[in-house]
Amino acid sequence: MPLIHRKKPTEKPSEEEVPDDEDSQKKPHESSKTHKKSSGGGVDKGKWSCVDSCCWFIGCVCVTWWFLLFLYNAMPASFPQYVTEAITGPLPDPPGVKLKKEGLKAKHPVIFIPGIVTGGLELWEGKQCADGLFRKRLWGGTFGEVYKRPLCWVEHMSLDNETGMDPAGIRVRAVSGLVAADYFAPGYFVWAVLIANLAHIGYEEKNMYMAAYDWRLSFQNTEVRDQTLSRMKSNIELMVSTNSGKKAVIVPHSMGVLYFLHFMKWVEAPAPMGGGGGPDWCAKYIKAVMNIGGPFLGVPKAVAGLFSAEAKDVAVARAIAPGFLDTDIFRLQTLQHVMRMTRTWDSTMSMIPKGGDTIWGGLDWSPEKGHTCFGKKQKSNGTRGEDGENSVSKTKPVNYGRIISFGKEVAEAPPSEIKNIDFRGAVKGQSVPNNTCRDVWTEYHDMGIGGIKAIAEYKVYTADAVIDLLHYVAPKMMARGSAHFSYGIADDLDDPKYQHHRHWSNPLETKLPNAPEMEIFSLYGVGIPTERSYVYKLNQSPDSCIPFQIFTNAHEEDEDSCLKAGVYNVDGDETVPVLSAGFMCAKAWRGKTRFNPSGIKTYVREYNHSPPANLLEGRGTQSGAHVDIMGNFALIEDIMRIATGGNGSDIGHDQVYSGIYEWSERIDLKL
Amino acid sequence: MTSILRFRKLCFSSVTPKSANTIRSEDTVIPEAKHTSTAVKPKRRRSGIWSCIDSCCWAIGYLCTAWWLLLFLYNSVPVPAMLQAPESPGTRLSREGVKAHYPVVLVPGIVTGGLELWEGRPCAEGLFRKRLWGGSFTEILRRPLCWLEHLSLDSETGLDPAGIRVRAVRGLVAADYFSPCYFAWAVLIENFAKIGYEGKNLHMASYDWRLSFHNTEVRDQSLSRLKSKIELMYVTNGYKKVVVVPHSMGAIYFLHFLKWVETPLPNGGGGGGSGWCAKHIKAVVNIGPAFLGVPKAVSNLLSAEGKDIAYARALAPGLLDSELLKVQTLEHLIRMSHSWDSIVSLLPKGGEAIWGDLDASPEEDLTCTFSKRKSLQPSLTNLHTQNISVKQELWVKEPTKFGRIIAFGKRASELPSSQLSSLNIKELSRVNNTSNDSLPCGEYWSEYSEMSRESIVKVAENTAYTATTVFDLLRFIAPKMMRRSEAHFSHGIAENLDDPKYGHYKYWSNPLETKLPDAPEMEMYSLYGVGIPTERSYIYKLSTSSGKCKSNIPFRIDGSVDGKDVCLKGGARFVDGDESVPVISAGFMCAKGWRGKTRFNPSGMETFVREYKHKPPGSLLENRGTESGAHVDIMGNVGLIEDVLRIAAGASGQELGGDRVYSDVLKISERIKIRL
Repeated sequence: MPLIHRKKPTEKPSEEEVPDDEDSQKKPHESSKTHKKSSGGGVDKGKWSCVDSCCWFIGCVCVTWWFLLFLYNAMPASFPQYVTEAITGPLPDPPGVKLKKEGLKAKHPVIFIPGIVTGGLELWEGKQCADGLFRKRLWGGTFGEVYKRPLCWVEHMSLDNETGMDPAGIRVRAVSGLVAADYFAPGYFVWAVLIANLAHIGYEEKNMYMAAYDWRLSFQNTEVRDQTLSRMKSNIELMVSTNSGKKAVIVPHSMGVLYFLHFMKWVEAPAPMGGGGGPDWCAKYIKAVMNIGGPFLGVPKAVAGLFSAEAKDVAVARAIAPGFLDTDIFRLQTLQHVMRMTRTWDSTMSMIPKGGDTIWGGLDWSPEKGHTCFGKKQKSNGTRGEDGENSVSKTKPVNYGRIISFGKEVAEAPPSEIKNIDFRGAVKGQSVPNNTCRDVWTEYHDMGIGGIKAIAEYKVYTADAVIDLLHYVAPKMMARGSAHFSYGIADDLDDPKYQHHRHWSNPLETKLPNAPEMEIFSLYGVGIPTERSYVYKLNQSPDSCIPFQIFTNAHEEDEDSCLKAGVYNVDGDETVPVLSAGFMCAKAWRGKTRFNPSGIKTYVREYNHSPPANLLEGRGTQSGAHVDIMGNFALIEDIMRIATGGNGSDIGHDQVYSGIYEWSERIDLKL
Repeated sequence: MTSILRFRKLCFSSVTPKSANTIRSEDTVIPEAKHTSTAVKPKRRRSGIWSCIDSCCWAIGYLCTAWWLLLFLYNSVPVPAMLQAPESPGTRLSREGVKAHYPVVLVPGIVTGGLELWEGRPCAEGLFRKRLWGGSFTEILRRPLCWLEHLSLDSETGLDPAGIRVRAVRGLVAADYFSPCYFAWAVLIENFAKIGYEGKNLHMASYDWRLSFHNTEVRDQSLSRLKSKIELMYVTNGYKKVVVVPHSMGAIYFLHFLKWVETPLPNGGGGGGSGWCAKHIKAVVNIGPAFLGVPKAVSNLLSAEGKDIAYARALAPGLLDSELLKVQTLEHLIRMSHSWDSIVSLLPKGGEAIWGDLDASPEEDLTCTFSKRKSLQPSLTNLHTQNISVKQELWVKEPTKFGRIIAFGKRASELPSSQLSSLNIKELSRVNNTSNDSLPCGEYWSEYSEMSRESIVKVAENTAYTATTVFDLLRFIAPKMMRRSEAHFSHGIAENLDDPKYGHYKYWSNPLETKLPDAPEMEMYSLYGVGIPTERSYIYKLSTSSGKCKSNIPFRIDGSVDGKDVCLKGGARFVDGDESVPVISAGFMCAKGWRGKTRFNPSGMETFVREYKHKPPGSLLENRGTESGAHVDIMGNVGLIEDVLRIAAGASGQELGGDRVYSDVLKISERIKIRL
């Protein structure tokens, strides 16, 4: 297009000069003439000022735009880097280049397992309204369709309410290959940086594989519908055999961590339900599992997401269109639609906090007790860890165990003062608070005022009670979900009931495979306030169909407080609290325990968050945030060293900044 | 786009009042006070400049607005009924109740598969995992030499040059569209999806088509991956066998695979054991298969002049034909294509027994029915329903000697064989005459630079080469390349197929030197287009270059040679085919070589020949047409798509209606006398 237009200016002026000489000719749209005449006649001025100046302006903008674009294209590719280096001083070599200089070469095949949300989904069969979108991305990419036909999009992204599988006549499938999750949206990398660095030392698609799966489905259903687990098994076997028997290094991220736990149980389980790989499959094919930001024990955010669709990024949908969601006109519809959509996704239920009160704390205690939130101070001096623990906090201890509490007073009150009125038996009531919500399906419209009141009166919910709460609020969804996931702690792991696939993704109800040579790493960021528990209120607004809302006015005057906008924060990577990411590797699997009978070596590697110094750095090379950590040079280097044959002690065993050990100590769990 | 538009409108609304103000102030100023004269002056000057830059801006703005308006209208107006595409075969079959049954593997051919960069020289910075081949090809124009360097392979090994890794794109995207608007597999995939196919039962077996078939396994393990993928799909789809759909060179790639997979591991095979094919494969549906090679490959290797084996030419015709760049471009192309082993796999196979000798060829009297038809009825519609009397009238004098694949000069292509020079090319020396003091033109490698002018002249003197002797010519001209590639491909006919030497992988892709697997229930299809003139033999001349540059390609197709009919045009003789593959190459094996129990097909698997008559698109609106028979466009042919879908949904060849023949392939096959 630019080519066409750049030619035009050379033609046009010549055309316009002609009528200048022969004044007798009149072209109504000839602006130059009209303007010239304006000094004398001034008759045509009126015309000029309207359409022509508009055209003139657009032309100007276009020309400058093209000019800048041309300059940008003509600029050598290294220019931005040069500018950055001039401002911030020389950048360190990316780990790929650095390790290549050290002489490291591709060795073990690497398998990536993307997490929730980051994988692309594309359309294979759709309703009339999705015409022309065949094999186009509905999720990931530019999300253009969200704006163009939002309702159509929601319809196609939702799954069936009853089965959790495809609705009739709609097939949306995961994109396969590395493109599935290298970039989430243009410019927003997920795996791309890691892939590029691995390519430097000789990796390519024959020894690098993205195990993309449809992250909306429950884990077992990905096998039932798409045979994703079988494909992954076959691919790992193939890659190991074509790389002359070198075992694979698995790199799961976020929910992919749970997915791979499920896979490890599935692959060794006998055929009808499992993959039939035999009891030593993992020992034979897997060298190391390098979990990045793994929510082993779930994330509290998932609760808020399911309860009121308000989690900050479990459904990134909100982040994509924040203005859109928050405008008051659309709000009543949009949030409902998002909620209805996310509730059809079984996978969100895999992230509900696991282990109940034992792990997450009860009414009066929590493992993170005494943690203080230094907010900005931490970030500025960058040293945290012990001094955080030693300094006695002036603020009141936070009761993190109360994952949901109604009202700030309740969140802080001593346990003896809380009077629970049991909601479990309460009649939901028939009256519907608002009829306009009918067309949008959420289970809230089945619930009357009585039920809502009962929930609010129970006041405080701990991790155990939260699950009952969800069962009460959304019985259909939880019935579907509990066929696929389980949130408890096993008393006796040899109990045959734990052979059912719904336990496989819960590390507290399964044993690790019998593979003493395997290594398990937990790599995650720390130093960012992470949602841990919520203060809720009843939603009084008559328009809203969701009767509960995070009480965003609840906060402390003290700047150091952990309570911000109705959310109590702890240390973590912005999404996953340290406890969930670190506990298994720091304690429950350490040494020979009942969860880890063969004594697989485990390592905890934390990466302290330091935000990018300036805008030029983009998302930073030392970030600890949940997704941005994939561009963290230290983390990439660790992964590459393992992939090229190193082991946990080569990269320096544990690396801990947070209070994970202390907190793990407080958890009283039979090992 | 729309967002930019909106942005501009916003800005505009804030600016218009201003400009209106200035004009209004001008109005008021003129009759008024003196001190304003200073303010008027700059405005006057502005109006002076106006005529130049501002009118440009105005014009551009005007055009942009009009353009956006049209674009907006175009997007918002529903497609009128007459433009709406007719119902696709997939939708129709799906309504008839045809459902996905067998898993499907697609095997793309040469050229259509995308290639992307994994490691490159500094000049290719920023192209990591970007397509070098396929897509928009913008890099050719931006940095042509860099592009050539990265796409070339090592001339000694036929593998990656040091420091460069270019790899095949994986997945369906590898070959669904060759470039943004030029579909290859996309239409077929879309129709497959309509009857219920998706990623789990539809797989694209992409491979690096520049490499020799054996090397795709050595470097990328492509064959192992294909094997594992087929096994996986067989299991996960409830133990249903796989339907394989190869296209063009993919057909011989898959022949190679069939032998490879059953050969035991120590012999360099896949170790699937005999019976693997019988267990896993239901049918092989070859589309436009180049089983016996294409004559086009010869001209491509001799002078880089194949018309579309390397689309590169078609992409930048102006660039290639301009005199300025010609010297460089063609040389570069020949150097690049000489480094690709795969082109050698497409050289004509079977020698004179198949392609005809100096005097006779299987197609000799069946020719030149295009000419009349083209002039009389340009649409070529009832190509073969024409009465035979026309044919016999046209066959006037001597039969055309198609057997002479390369002839130097028109005389040499028509003379009786006794009058041709009896040059034994093997005895010629290619000693470099140092007195020929011109220097090579660049650093690029082309073996022509090592040849003396005398030997070139000798080679070209009144000679003609058949499918057998053309190999001597190639070996003489490009000895290194042929030595490298002939370790991977063979082009003969086996006397005794049980000879243990045929266990070597170089024979696996030649259907005349291998047996089909022992799989009596498997079906072999050959689907191809007919009714388009297809290059069959060439008339060459010595290039009359200035001689400044020694590495000039010394031979050119003699474009000035035109016959009375369309069968001889622009220095090439044409026969029936699909524009790239002549009927004899695509159809002979299924029509005769494998038909029934022959020595090439010991288990007697069924073979079917299905031809699709070419019908050019009726109007421009139809784009590439839904009834095309051209080599690539045939993948959008509704008849072919329906056949492929039905096979995939479980139909057997008999249910499709057995053979469907329009051309003279059966007659041609009759004439070919090889032991079966």
